[in-house]
Amino acid sequence: MSVETAPMQVLSSRAIARQRRVRSTKRFVEAFAQHKSGVLGVVMLLVFVVLGLLAPVLFPAEMIEPINTVNNPRMASPSAEFWLGTDELGRSVLALLVWAIRPSLIVGISASIIAMILGTLLGISSGHFRNWFGALCERLTDWFLVIPFLPLVIVLAAVFGQQGDWILIVVLGITAWPGTARLVRAQTLSVEGRPYIERAKVLGNSDWKQMSRHVLPNVMPLVIANTTLTVAIVILSQTTLAFIGLTDPNSVNWGSMLDNASASGAPLRGAWWYLLPPGICVILVVLAFTLIGRALEVVLNPRLGSE
Amino acid sequence: MTTTSVSESTPSASASPNVIEVDNLCVSFPGRRGGIARAVDGVNLNVGRGEVVALVGESGCGKTTLARSILGLERPESGEIRFHGLPLNYGAKALKKYRSNVQLVLQDPTGSLNPRHSVYEAVAEGPRTHGMDDEPGRVSRALAQAGLRPPERFFLRYPHELSGGQRQRVVIAGALALEPEVIIADEPVSSLDASVRGEILALMLKLREELEVTLLVVTHDLGLAWNIADRIVVMYLGRVVEEGPTEQVLNDPQHPYTKALLSVVPEMEQVEAIVLTGEAPDPTKIPSGCRFHPRCQKVKDGTAEAAGVLDKCMGTSPLVLPPDATQHVAACHLVTNPPSA
Amino acid sequence: MALLEMRDVHLTYRTDEGPIPAVRGVNLSVDAGEIVGVAGESGCGKSTLVSTVLRLFPKTATVTGEVLVAGEDVLTMKWNRVRAVRWGEAAVVFQGALHSLNPIQKIGKQLVEPILLHDKKSSEQKALKKVRELLAQVGLPARHADAYPHQLSGGQKQRVMIALALTCDPEVLIADEPTTALDVMVQAQILELLTEIARERSMAVVIISHDLSVLATTCDRVAIMYAGRIVEEGVAREVFDYPKHPYTRALTGAFPTIGDPESRYAPSGLAGDPPFPGDLPEGCPFHPRCPDAIDRCKEVDVGLLPAGPARRAACILVNEGVAAS
Repeated sequence: MSVETAPMQVLSSRAIARQRRVRSTKRFVEAFAQHKSGVLGVVMLLVFVVLGLLAPVLFPAEMIEPINTVNNPRMASPSAEFWLGTDELGRSVLALLVWAIRPSLIVGISASIIAMILGTLLGISSGHFRNWFGALCERLTDWFLVIPFLPLVIVLAAVFGQQGDWILIVVLGITAWPGTARLVRAQTLSVEGRPYIERAKVLGNSDWKQMSRHVLPNVMPLVIANTTLTVAIVILSQTTLAFIGLTDPNSVNWGSMLDNASASGAPLRGAWWYLLPPGICVILVVLAFTLIGRALEVVLNPRLGSE
Repeated sequence: MTTTSVSESTPSASASPNVIEVDNLCVSFPGRRGGIARAVDGVNLNVGRGEVVALVGESGCGKTTLARSILGLERPESGEIRFHGLPLNYGAKALKKYRSNVQLVLQDPTGSLNPRHSVYEAVAEGPRTHGMDDEPGRVSRALAQAGLRPPERFFLRYPHELSGGQRQRVVIAGALALEPEVIIADEPVSSLDASVRGEILALMLKLREELEVTLLVVTHDLGLAWNIADRIVVMYLGRVVEEGPTEQVLNDPQHPYTKALLSVVPEMEQVEAIVLTGEAPDPTKIPSGCRFHPRCQKVKDGTAEAAGVLDKCMGTSPLVLPPDATQHVAACHLVTNPPSA
Repeated sequence: MALLEMRDVHLTYRTDEGPIPAVRGVNLSVDAGEIVGVAGESGCGKSTLVSTVLRLFPKTATVTGEVLVAGEDVLTMKWNRVRAVRWGEAAVVFQGALHSLNPIQKIGKQLVEPILLHDKKSSEQKALKKVRELLAQVGLPARHADAYPHQLSGGQKQRVMIALALTCDPEVLIADEPTTALDVMVQAQILELLTEIARERSMAVVIISHDLSVLATTCDRVAIMYAGRIVEEGVAREVFDYPKHPYTRALTGAFPTIGDPESRYAPSGLAGDPPFPGDLPEGCPFHPRCPDAIDRCKEVDVGLLPAGPARRAACILVNEGVAAS
């Protein structure tokens, strides 16, 4: 049942501890693989990621420069040359779709990482510190939580958004963190109730050490599961913002495609090849993240529950 | 940063023979339903080097709060705690240094260990935090002292692979790795199997013998006190009601509460059980006069009245016991004014 | 008449790692008005034994033997009958019952529920009246029916759990560790209450505890369990004062007699830990920890042997007259 050890040096103990981590990662992967929905989500996501990475190879950048497409048929229905037809500027819809993967994913994931970091920091702090500082963190979280998300994002994006994707990342990141913070705070409180946190305190650990050595590792699994769900929300928000014209007009993303489609009369002309695919892509990506997030929660939760 | 050993080699050189001195300590908390809970309401206590002192009482008596205050985990409202004669400094640095000298062993060994940390990491945490040198050596020694031999076999185990008794030994090793002078144990064996208790208690006595560790054991178990304690301190509702050498207090209890407690201990068959009614009152509503008088069997059966102290019992609080370590004293009006008959 | 009788009960859990025998042949019988104690530590099978009385073991458990409650075998009953027996004939106060109360329901409501479940004809009025009587019987004022669990102390909650067990007037009551986590004084009160219940209602009461001294003072008879079997049984006081099995001796030693100079600074205990049921040693399961083990103990696992008047112990040495006094 136990691992046989030979030498007593710290080096080998670290190496074997690493081995244990590898083994527990394998166990996690096996458990995750049992959830068909989660696996499906991973596969879907991988497809998008690979396509996004290969975008310049599959569809060279010149293809979607309006200057180069002047001679292409406008709003043409799908044909052998253009599998998903063309938009109002003659650009291949398929090419646009694939090029749009990058901004969507990059913004989505970056903003979620910002939200995760902020949410974790403030969540653990508000759960750990039982003094004015903790109360401050808590109030801050509550305040941001109560502010309506979309209107705030709209306002911020209207003021800053048209300057490029990075502003969008910041805006989305700083509005998505309260949800994570609340979750982290609850988990922190539950973990802190365990005697080993008090023992860490008694051994002389500083607050920072207590939080990073003991609370954080216990909180991270839940945070990761929550973050994947946050990505879904962020991508949806980004699409909405792009649709109502609040993002960088030069960047190609699904939301702006939908905006352009409706602005150039695609619904009237029945150009389904222009209207449907961007929306479907958004749905699929959001679905992929949601499936992954839910599977992660189920896989990671039983372990948390038993501790 | 190396730890300076506070205990010099010549015991008589230190200013005070006591390792820990508690001076008129009062610790309060906001009560759960409003009001102030006076968890510790005036306690004097001295603990000498190498002594094993048992803090005994039921839940709500304040023994755990007292222990936590000695550890610096709770700030007192008034009164002082002194370590080797110097008052406790609650600044972060000073408190950290204090922690390398006074350690804690908690009740629940399973909860006390982070399930994600191996035994080695759990025991090494203390030395690492204090920047002590020779970490593997310290861990090895501590595990061996705690009875886990050979230590290397346990380095990479995880808590869930060990039994309850082994886990408690790991917790004790974690405390020993810092080479503390004082170990405070809060119900060290109550969540362990009966047949395993003896070993852990024997280990604690061994620590006193071989390492001169001073032990303060918080427990509700009088049998445990009989097994290992030099002195016993009985608490009720925030005050010490009786204290003295263990044999004297347990063979000849003076305070009615101690008498009642002893009588219901299942191991004492020969004594008629005095089962007190009700439970210990809320620390937010401490009775006037002697805080035990509403439940006191001597008040109920008329002995107090006959001795003429009933007024005192209901009106005046008995004096807070002084921190004398050698005598057997009780805070009871009946004891200080025995019936003349 | 024996209200509760267990005949050669075996319970094995089927797991991915193989079968785990939690109970390996237990015989126990409790008469009306009698209090029997079962002592043992973790892994000895006592909680599993309790689960057989109300047929609460999981589907992965294989059970053989008979468990007779008022003469009927619970293990072979039809499902409807089992539901009637549960609480109606036999009730259990589970370990850690203090935490089993629904925190958002008043006590009275929780006590009324089993009454109404078992007696469809009863009305809420009648049930409440009974609840007030029950609360009085367990020593709680009737107004506690309107209280929420968090307003009660540990001892009071335990009394409520005992009242809950009595709601349908069962004949058999099993209390699993009723006094752990309670203060010594409250412990004494609860044990007094259980004794009263047994005598006044002529019920068969079984108290399970790891604290042998608690059982010695309250129970008429006591059985010591180790590794799924009973290793000693007899009159409670005698087993405690004159233990015959080495394990019993270790258990009694763990709780020293206060006032006995021999146990000053001499805590006694056993080396090692109670065995894991899936990994029992050959021969006598206790031999690795036994201070009196001889070579034969590694090979032979004797059952309960006569060891005196109304006393049996599962130890080779008892029979060979080598056992200590």
